Amino acid sequence: MLIAVIIALAAGTYGFRVAGVLLRDRLELPEWSRQLLPVAAAALLAALAATAALTEAGGFAGYARPAGVLVGLALAWRRVPFVLVVVAAAGTTALLRLLGVE
Amino acid sequence: MRTANRTGDAAVLRDVAAIGAAMLAVGASFGAMAVAAGLPAWATLAMSVFVYAGGAQFMAVGLVAAGSPLAGVLAGLLLNARHLPFGLALGGSLGPARWRRLLGSHLMTDEATAFALARPAGPARRHAFWVAGALLFLAWNAGTLLGVVAGGAVGDPAVLGLDAAFPAGLAALLLPSLRDPQTRRIALAGAGLAVLATPFLPAGLPVLLALVAVVVPALRRRTPAAATGPSAAIGPAAAIRPSAAIRPDTAIAPDAIVRTEEASC
Repeated sequence: MLIAVIIALAAGTYGFRVAGVLLRDRLELPEWSRQLLPVAAAALLAALAATAALTEAGGFAGYARPAGVLVGLALAWRRVPFVLVVVAAAGTTALLRLLGVE
Repeated sequence: MRTANRTGDAAVLRDVAAIGAAMLAVGASFGAMAVAAGLPAWATLAMSVFVYAGGAQFMAVGLVAAGSPLAGVLAGLLLNARHLPFGLALGGSLGPARWRRLLGSHLMTDEATAFALARPAGPARRHAFWVAGALLFLAWNAGTLLGVVAGGAVGDPAVLGLDAAFPAGLAALLLPSLRDPQTRRIALAGAGLAVLATPFLPAGLPVLLALVAVVVPALRRRTPAAATGPSAAIGPAAAIRPSAAIRPDTAIAPDAIVRTEEASC
């Protein structure tokens, strides 16, 4: 049973991944829709970042995580190197949790 | 030129390493969690190698442990459906060779996609995708192995604030593309829709809902009559429209209008 779950999940996930890549070659997309593809990816990534920052299991993720993400975002806005953005976001959240803020 | 490329390559490697370190730790927590949930070591490792999708793996293990393997598969696949539009956006950025497209597809994650799309199309984007794809795959699987071996000795990644590292990294990679007003409007609308829908929809769907923010304005621009379209199909407004038989024509006409509008812009 377990092996069937893994195979189904692996095959389905790879199917989604490879379908987009291969379809891009086959589809004769009009220019307006081709320009929308990176915008669509940006919208999906923004939605991922926002839901990952704010929610956990369908509810509010607490204050520590979004506070860390906000600090990271502010640093990224000021063009601070990416590594520092990531470390500062994690560090802020970790520090807040250490102080008892959830 | 060569030095410029070298520093560019080094920058990608350094940035990916930051996310890779976080992925190593979260991978370790996946390995430890899966083994604690009763999964054999081989199954835990096989999942990280062959499924290679963190969110879906956590969800599937949870549901399998709870006795609903079918739900685990369906929930995991729903969560991973976003990779299809990612693949459409990346397309040839994986490289011209067929084996690169087939292998690269498996290395496609949110982070690899974000790293790639943050670079201009061409060799720089391809390089960023492969560096991120390969390194993050190694980090996730090394982490899983670590977690399987160390078990309960692996700490909770939340203590290190790593749950904030991923959204902050994604946001930082997205920021430059948000300088374009149209992209910014659509991305923010999509993010808002996803967050608002999260309490009401199963995991995975809220993120896909962000595509509504892409498609609706595009359709409205293409067919100015679209606002009345759906209501016409339902009833009252149909009386105002001359006849359903005209629809094929109206589908073509607005297109021409848009073209001239675009030309005049």
